Amino acid sequence: MTGLPAMHPGPGPVPVLALGDVLLVTLLGELHDGAAEQLQHDISQRIASSPMPVAGVVIDLSGVEIIDSFLGRVLAEIAASARLLAARTVLAGMRPAVAITLVELGLTLPGLSTALNVEKALSLLGRASSAAPTAHLEEGA
Amino acid sequence: MQVAEHDTAPGTAKELGAFLERRREQIAQRWADAALFRTVFTVSRDEAVEACKAVVDTLADVARSGQLEDVEAPGFGTVRDQLGRMAAARARAGFTPVQIAGEVAGLREPVTALLRAEFQDDSDDARVTACTQALAVLTATLRLVILETTVSAGEELIARQRQQLLEVATPVIKLWDGVVAVPLIGTLDSARSQVVMESLLEAIVDQRAAYAILDITGVPTVDSLVAQHLMKTVAAARLMGAECIVSGIRPAIAQTIVQLGIDLGSIITRAGLADALAYALTQQGIVVSARPLTDAGSR
Repeated sequence: MTGLPAMHPGPGPVPVLALGDVLLVTLLGELHDGAAEQLQHDISQRIASSPMPVAGVVIDLSGVEIIDSFLGRVLAEIAASARLLAARTVLAGMRPAVAITLVELGLTLPGLSTALNVEKALSLLGRASSAAPTAHLEEGA
Repeated sequence: MQVAEHDTAPGTAKELGAFLERRREQIAQRWADAALFRTVFTVSRDEAVEACKAVVDTLADVARSGQLEDVEAPGFGTVRDQLGRMAAARARAGFTPVQIAGEVAGLREPVTALLRAEFQDDSDDARVTACTQALAVLTATLRLVILETTVSAGEELIARQRQQLLEVATPVIKLWDGVVAVPLIGTLDSARSQVVMESLLEAIVDQRAAYAILDITGVPTVDSLVAQHLMKTVAAARLMGAECIVSGIRPAIAQTIVQLGIDLGSIITRAGLADALAYALTQQGIVVSARPLTDAGSR
């Protein structure tokens, strides 16, 4: 599991991309329980075995239509185990319907950072520092 | 299907149907002068007569089928639309359903008169009485049909208006780049809170808003259910990566919330919409300050 992770698209394992010291996971469509557990395992392994310290994990949820209580718990556990390995986890791009469902389920994921999209998530982790001033200017305009 | 409680023999019903068909033209002419048709079809009398004929045909159909008391009789299907429009027109003119039903009852008199004239020479009193009775039952059913269409049209209107109210009453406003706000006005219930939550979350996605302000200055009362909904909205916005600010909590509402033991500790609150906006701007690193009085001073 050290070098190249299995990166099969489709129903196989979810690809975990390394961008500098940030791990990017893009979830698409439905994630089966088995794949979710596999992902949890993969992320911890990648953080632990990475040659350079991993500062954060960004999980992009913009392509996810449904999050059930199991996946919600897995996300919370990923965040908890990543924190033990000194990495922050940011959930990015959650859709309104998904957010409402999670709240109705009572899963408010306390302690997890969230961001509107991957870009904001990276800047939250202190990445893309060059983009910060531009964003600033846009906001001021 | 209901069976007529009155001793309306199938023969009598058929006879009534035949009579209605035979006298169609005369009945229509007399009805066209009745208040109901005259005031609804104001454009031309011919139009009223045509509408009357359609209703007479329907009644004849129903009479022939023998289902004098059945509101759901297939015969009524053809004129239900028209009756609904007529009833709606009367309702718009300010008439109550009871008044409309009264006008419909007025349609019976001309037909009864025709019926009596028809059987003038007939010595069989029992047959005349049976026919008149059957006619009374038939017009009563017509009244019910019109009443039913009036009520269901009213219900549709109410449902549509309720939906419009929900949409109109919850505008999501973009206050600044990345800052959206919902000024809530009026009483919140579960349905409205749901709409507020959904439209606010949609706006967060559309505007890529990092801050969402819920202003409840215009909300007179908050109960535990509404407070719970507010908390849910805040939690959902947080899950999406936006921060929610609740502003404009009235003193009375603040007291209620405290008395209900609801913990808003995890929610950012500000006194007014302006304060909430100021907070959101400051968090984004934007500073709004007064301009120095003289231009020279600023250079």
